Amino acid sequence: MPRIVIEQDKCKGCLLCASFCPKGLIKKADKLNKLGLNPVEFDAKGCLGCMQCAVICPDCCIRIYK
Amino acid sequence: MKLLFKRPRSLREIPTHYCPGCGHGIVQRLVAEVVDELDIRERVIGVAPVGCAVIAYDYWDFDCSEAAHGRALAVATGIKRMRPENIVFTYQGDGDLAAIGTAETIHAANRGENLTVIFINNAVYGMTGGQMAPTTLLNQKTTTTPYGRRADREGYPLKISELIAQLPAVRYVERVALYSPQAVFIAKKTIKQAFQNQIENRGFSLVEVLSPCPTYWGMSPKEAMDWIRDVMIKEFPLGRIR
Repeated sequence: MPRIVIEQDKCKGCLLCASFCPKGLIKKADKLNKLGLNPVEFDAKGCLGCMQCAVICPDCCIRIYK
Repeated sequence: MKLLFKRPRSLREIPTHYCPGCGHGIVQRLVAEVVDELDIRERVIGVAPVGCAVIAYDYWDFDCSEAAHGRALAVATGIKRMRPENIVFTYQGDGDLAAIGTAETIHAANRGENLTVIFINNAVYGMTGGQMAPTTLLNQKTTTTPYGRRADREGYPLKISELIAQLPAVRYVERVALYSPQAVFIAKKTIKQAFQNQIENRGFSLVEVLSPCPTYWGMSPKEAMDWIRDVMIKEFPLGRIR
């Protein structure tokens, strides 16, 4: 089953990945990261491994495993 | 488990200084991926501009040079003529390539130098605070055109790609955008073609990338992507120009 790993300390919380995820599995986290911003977090159930989140991420903080 | 997507080797493991949702991060990753895929990391030389991407050489893990404002193509010409075995590219924004560096851009293209140019068009000056750029659209609000750009006062958006495509020595000009993951994929293919042209000594290649600037467009990152798709590509049509 595909899954993604988000490097939350590099994430700036632009939410582009969340808006392009076809399943809506990525959402904003409540906690802050090292940059003082709200990163995104990932709900592991049902990921398709379509890579749209990683391709659009401006900070290259998403890795995808399949 | 197989790793499907990871950070390219040519991109250093440090967070960038760009605003959230900025297109520079995407294009710099695409350049790094293309350099890795073509296996030219040991012989590529990038020339960084002045503008938001001024410290791009900190993010790329290959040889880079910095140029004075607008003079990236003049510096790249010098490097390429002295070291023709190296792959030399410039990475410039619209304030650098289309405003202060217009002369260098047009003359390097007219000489048909065997270079690759990545031109980031985000329709404002990002680094200095969101002033009007030559590529700002009509009626677009910036800090120096608070009521919108007017053709009778500030002129029309400068289409530098169309201008350069008329020159006989230019080999390849294409405009791409970053408004969706599919569009980013096309952008990567185009950037790869531009590097391939240089490897095969085909001449001057320019890729114009329509890139979002959510901060100075006053939008959320997703709205900025939609604005490129709905508004910007009407003024700057996508596709192969030459």
